[in-house]
Amino acid sequence: MKCRTCGTKAAVNMRQHKLALCKQHFLEWLPEQTARFIKKYRMFGQHEKVLVAVSGGKDSLSLWDILHRLGYQADGLYLGLGIDEGIGYSDQSRRLTEQFARQRGLTLHVVDIRSTYGYDIPTLSALTHRGHNRPCAVCGVVKRHEMNRIARDLGYDVLATGHNLDDEVSVLLGNTFSWQVELMARQAPVLPAHDGLARKVKPLCRFYEKEMTAYALLRGIEYIYEECPFSAGSTTIYYKEMLNRLENDRPGAKLAFYLKFLEARESGLFQPPAEFAQPMYNCPSCGQLTQYEGRCSFCRMMEKAQSHS
Amino acid sequence: MTFENQTVKFILRGKTCEVKAGMTLLDSLKKLDILPESVIAVRQGELILEDEILKPGEVIQLVAVISGGAR
Repeated sequence: MKCRTCGTKAAVNMRQHKLALCKQHFLEWLPEQTARFIKKYRMFGQHEKVLVAVSGGKDSLSLWDILHRLGYQADGLYLGLGIDEGIGYSDQSRRLTEQFARQRGLTLHVVDIRSTYGYDIPTLSALTHRGHNRPCAVCGVVKRHEMNRIARDLGYDVLATGHNLDDEVSVLLGNTFSWQVELMARQAPVLPAHDGLARKVKPLCRFYEKEMTAYALLRGIEYIYEECPFSAGSTTIYYKEMLNRLENDRPGAKLAFYLKFLEARESGLFQPPAEFAQPMYNCPSCGQLTQYEGRCSFCRMMEKAQSHS
Repeated sequence: MTFENQTVKFILRGKTCEVKAGMTLLDSLKKLDILPESVIAVRQGELILEDEILKPGEVIQLVAVISGGAR
């Protein structure tokens, strides 16, 4: 297979675009496309301060690399979750993230959850009995809260995450199966800033996970290959495998599902009925936005953990 | 030439398996029941595509695309 641009041997074949590229032209193409999506979805401008949530995985480190190459003011935020599970998962991901930042001279903020709040994620999950022996629900609440807090406290305009198209489509499929219209209405490449919360953006939302893996490998980015040990057997991974079987038979199916969804969302198909639209409140404890009056789920969870420890 | 040299070795998540040489990467993956969408094939540090014909004795590293996935 030959590179469409220069005719030399191709390294990446994107069947959904009928496009094969060599290493050099793929590594040019992907940041160019990222810049195009940043503009198309009005994610952020050249002078805005961007905080990239980095986990040590291929997507977030590649996103940081791309934004740096495109000349954006992008700093990193790493959250130390204290997940070990016999493989030193958090230690390893932190080491790789710090190494990435050091090699490129980038600013990285590190927040260790145990040092900051007294509990790591597995302990918090056990103390609060949330998630049926799986700390993913607790982890999601903590990560959202901390990303919002750091972005607000340090004055960032935008919080960028490394969600790729497979991440988005697997969530969309799950929400479609259960007709979670309110969640579908909130799934977008950009979530606008809201009452002190930074704008949230997903610049990689139109790239397949395979393309992001190829980018990390071709750029020589050292990333944590193993995903969080608690994610094994998750529904998201099951959906991703299912969608890849579909994609194998029908190239472009994943991209079409996502783009048609965005079109439908844009036309108002997933607006929740007015009677379900709830006002937002500020948590009296931390000040962050919450759907219900009173303390937010993070503050309630911390209070519960303290009362059980 | 030994039998081993007539085959191509694949490594995925630390596990190895072998197929007959002379097939394309796509056919080899099908033989191994591995979905091409779910892996990237690397030979001596270079990414190779599905139409690549694999030669005897080659070692192909398969990088799983889905983090945490089975294959």
